[in-house]
Amino acid sequence: MRFSINGADHEIDFDIRTSLLDLLREHLQLTGTKKGCDQGACGACTVLVDGERINACLALAVQYQGRAITTIEGLGTPGHLHALQAAFVEHDGFQCGYCTPGQICSAVGMAAEARRGVPSVVTADLAATQIALDHDELRERMSGNLCRCGAHNGIIDAVRQVLAREAA
Amino acid sequence: MQRFEYHRAADTAAAIALAARAPEPHYLGGGTNLVDLMRENIERPRTIIDVTALSSAIEARPDGGILIGAGAKNTAVAEHRAIRERFPMLARAILAGASAQIRNMATVGGNLLQRTRCYYFYDDAAHCNKRKPGTGCDAVEGFNRIHAILGASPSCVATHPSDMCVALAALDAIVHVEGPGGRRSLPFGAFHRLPGDRPDLETALGPAELITAVELPAGAAGLRSTYRKVRDRASYAFALVSVAAALRIEDGKLAEVRLALGGVAHKPWRAATAEAALRGKPAGADAFRAAAEAELAAARPLSGNAFKIELAKRTIAATLSELAGARP
Ligand SMILES: Cc1cc2nc3c(=O)[nH]c(=O)nc-3n(C[C@H](O)[C@H](O)[C@H](O)COP(=O)(O)OP(=O)(O)OC[C@H]3O[C@@H](n4cnc5c(N)ncnc54)[C@H](O)[C@@H]3O)c2cc1C
Ligand code: FES
Ligand code: FES
Repeated sequence: MRFSINGADHEIDFDIRTSLLDLLREHLQLTGTKKGCDQGACGACTVLVDGERINACLALAVQYQGRAITTIEGLGTPGHLHALQAAFVEHDGFQCGYCTPGQICSAVGMAAEARRGVPSVVTADLAATQIALDHDELRERMSGNLCRCGAHNGIIDAVRQVLAREAA
Repeated sequence: MQRFEYHRAADTAAAIALAARAPEPHYLGGGTNLVDLMRENIERPRTIIDVTALSSAIEARPDGGILIGAGAKNTAVAEHRAIRERFPMLARAILAGASAQIRNMATVGGNLLQRTRCYYFYDDAAHCNKRKPGTGCDAVEGFNRIHAILGASPSCVATHPSDMCVALAALDAIVHVEGPGGRRSLPFGAFHRLPGDRPDLETALGPAELITAVELPAGAAGLRSTYRKVRDRASYAFALVSVAAALRIEDGKLAEVRLALGGVAHKPWRAATAEAALRGKPAGADAFRAAAEAELAAARPLSGNAFKIELAKRTIAATLSELAGARP
């Protein structure tokens, strides 16, 4: 089966029951993507598929052949941090760091949704074409990523700063 | 997880033909419910038929109705301009469910067929008539805070967990299905079943029948509508109680009302009693409360969920007041 991960093609054979999360971590040693709950309830396993955020733990890998998969390893490197990675450091957007790769992939997907005008449940006017990402919007849109260390305030500050810079 | 064979269906006919002859088949949408249940060994299909390549088109019709392919992702439905403008309660209901990541994976067909979140259904060691018919129901005497207050039976007190389906019930959606015997269309209210003494039978679908599309008839298009969800935390939690409501006021009177409840029953609960009580009445807090009382008169609480009765009444009244008050 062929997979495109962080721009590189991989030909891999595996047990058909394997989740995309286990494929990344166990078969490709891309251990940046984390396993928290393995049942869709925490967001630690968030990756991007064709630019959209999903939970890799609920995804059967076989369904994602040929799609463009991006993990935290594909967003930045220690020498070249992604703007969100740098902002997370600056704003203390983590303590243990376990939820961080998922938070950052999620924020990248969230920003793309917002650019498309996808509303959220706290958007007052669903027919609006422009949505201002205020604090409540960001909290709701990032609510699929839990942080057991309680770094949410730093996370929202970091995401906010990067979005503001992009908009400027 | 039990071993299975995986097939990706190229078209509807191929999916149905395979489901009709393969051993223990199961259609697969985004997998957000089925993969989880397979991992817990609650579902044990031997053949998986991936139907995500089938129709995901959303077709807004000139008459005001909308046809949504069963493979459409929940996000795609919620962000669709015509749905946001014509049926805001549906967009809001979808956005109230799960997380953005899950909504990006979940399909419309899978959302309709997601299974209950009853803890005892999910626990292979517990008694559950839905999972293993005839074994009993541990929820009746157990932890039943999240369980049903309407339409339950001694066999099963589970609730249907979907938010989207509550809006579809209020909108009189039509479920288009296709199976070995051909095509048929089911009114939304006849799609899901109450538990009775067969809680293992959850829908009107026959063997190998596939949901192909969900249709929103023009009837409710453009009505003032919304969805309100009450849950244990502000986001990313299932509903304790939810309300989908739409109304049209003429000369201060309720010319049209649509009301459905989530989190209270084995199926999305169309509040027909409350609707009948409101039709033609002056819009106002007293009428809304009286209608909510009438609907919940049939409620039967369990040991842990009596709070849901008052919660449902207040949420109905508040949601209708919000809609009526927001009228320019
Ligand atoms: C942590 C978590 C939180 C959640 N919170 C919420 C919430 O708050 N509100 C809410 O409404 N939902 C919630 N969900 C549930 C989610 O909405 C469902 O899991 C999702 O809608 C299922 O869609 P799917 O495409 O992934 O279905 P799958 O998991 O692929 O399939 C589910 C079922 O549908 C069947 N199926 C799929 N497509 C078809 C078809 N076309 N025809 C016939 N059968 C079909 C499958 O055979 C299977 O039995 C939550 C889920 C998780 C994991
Ligand atoms: S590990 Fe996937 S959501 Fe928790
Ligand atoms: S930083 Fe520890 S879980 Fe978020």
